[in-house]
Amino acid sequence: MPMIQLMNIEKHFAGQTVVHPLSLTIREGEFLTLLGPSGCGKTTILRMIAGFEQPTVGEIFLDGKDVTELPANKRDLNLVFQHYALFPHMTVEQNIQFGLKMKKIDAAEQKERIGEAIRLTQLTPLAKRYPHQLSGGQQQRVAIARAIANKPRVLLLDEPLGALDLQLRKNLQAELKQLQRSLGITFVYVTHDQEEAMMMSDRIVIMNNGKIEQIGTPKEIYNRPQTLFAATFIGENNVFHEAERMFAIRPEKLKAVRDREQKAKRKGIIQDIVYLGNVHKLMVHLNDEQTTVSICLDFTDEDEWQIGQHIGVDWFDADEVNIGL
Amino acid sequence: MKKTKWLISPVVLWLSLFLILPMAIVVVISFLGRDEFGNLVIQFSLDNYARFFDSLYLGIYWDTIALSVLTTLICVLISYPLAYYIANAGPTRQKIWLLFITVPFWINFLIRTYAWVLLLRSQGVVNSFLMDIGIIDEPLKMLYTKGAVLLGMVYTFIPYMVLPIYVSLEQMDRKLLEAASDLGASRWRAFWHITLPQTKSGMMTGSVLVFVSTAGMYVVTDILGGSKSTMLSNIIQTQFLGARDWPFGAALSVIFAITSLVLIYLFNMALRSRHERSKEGRA
Repeated sequence: MPMIQLMNIEKHFAGQTVVHPLSLTIREGEFLTLLGPSGCGKTTILRMIAGFEQPTVGEIFLDGKDVTELPANKRDLNLVFQHYALFPHMTVEQNIQFGLKMKKIDAAEQKERIGEAIRLTQLTPLAKRYPHQLSGGQQQRVAIARAIANKPRVLLLDEPLGALDLQLRKNLQAELKQLQRSLGITFVYVTHDQEEAMMMSDRIVIMNNGKIEQIGTPKEIYNRPQTLFAATFIGENNVFHEAERMFAIRPEKLKAVRDREQKAKRKGIIQDIVYLGNVHKLMVHLNDEQTTVSICLDFTDEDEWQIGQHIGVDWFDADEVNIGL
Repeated sequence: MKKTKWLISPVVLWLSLFLILPMAIVVVISFLGRDEFGNLVIQFSLDNYARFFDSLYLGIYWDTIALSVLTTLICVLISYPLAYYIANAGPTRQKIWLLFITVPFWINFLIRTYAWVLLLRSQGVVNSFLMDIGIIDEPLKMLYTKGAVLLGMVYTFIPYMVLPIYVSLEQMDRKLLEAASDLGASRWRAFWHITLPQTKSGMMTGSVLVFVSTAGMYVVTDILGGSKSTMLSNIIQTQFLGARDWPFGAALSVIFAITSLVLIYLFNMALRSRHERSKEGRA
């Protein structure tokens, strides 16, 4: 059941194309992430879904209805802003109440929904505080509570964790994922952090330069990247060029073999050895190609490798992932 | 710590010399007497304050407050839409409008006020025009009325209102309006619930500036109000310069300074939200 459909949408700003023609279907109840570097058009797509931007070409459907011309305040979805955009002159409670007041929901239900949103986001002791009295993480929770109190069909999140420090971000990622499961509503999440996208999403849309590079589950995207960009943007990857094709092999799929075993597919010199606790990595400069590949060795590897050593680099043909010419 | 304290001493000195000392002198004089030649007589008396409670002065006192409040209100009503328009205009248009608003400051204030005389008098520009196009047969009495004084005050002090409101609109985070819209607010409701409360501080600053300036202004009243309209500041001026009754002038000054402070305080309290008070409680 599609919740949101983008049909051949295109967006130009001042004569420049920021979103090239694309179509995208977002299913009901899924956690979908738009992932890409800054300026790739992901936020623009989110803003078009929210109603803050109009697509130059194309239509947007929400739950089967054409909402392309509908202003933001009439769309049954809510956005969690990057810097929260909490109303500074209202308490946590009043912030959450705002949307309910605008929709003229009766007082008893308002109270109930505020209570529920506050409970779900663990804000109970902070209900009477003003935003300036809260930490970044708490403000972030208020922004989410303010949005979900409206019981939207879709929650849009624009890099909601971008302004927080790493530890807090990790905690909130897990919380958000949990929240999405318990609410069962569709989440459309925008981020440039590939790890965050991998951890939280049901499906990821990888974007670059206003175009979709690949759509898939985290597993599909990791194991079967379809483009050079998708292969290198998510996780570490080694790209090989052969006469008529280009393919990628993950570092953990490469094997380091002693030079005397002549059957290795490539040969090179160890440039560096990196210890990362549970894995070791060899950085190997290939003899015949001007590239350095990275090879993961697991902790069972007992061989003693040395910088400057000549080794062979080998892999199974099945682990080659074709990523085009 | 000692060093930083020492650093503010120029400010303290400046304030003592040019603000506190003159005020103290005025307060002291207000309790003194004077002889028939206008010289100060060293004594302690409350006579100067008692004289204020004459119905003549009380009437002028209330008139002054009423006119200042009215000027402030009209300035808010005109300035807010104007500031809103400017803040939402493109960058070039913004610059042009702000220039228009500050240009009057470059021209001598007396000249600008006399220009109103030319416009408003019986044979003035406005009356001639209205008679030429046949709307009126006789010139309207516009100059030397309370209306003319009000007009002059509003004209003079409007920039003091527009600029603070403009600044507060400029500083407001526009994302808040998107958030309001996202939560279902129409443009009008977003303005009412978000923009207006967010720009209260600008209105407050502007209102205090306009109120205090209007209450202390006597030139506009002199030039546009003629002999019939008098403000407290005109009386104070007369006591010091014409009547040579410094103690009475000083007493009126003290009364008006206190009135202004009380009114500004009440006004602040009324406009200030719990939110701003909570902020101060923390600071």
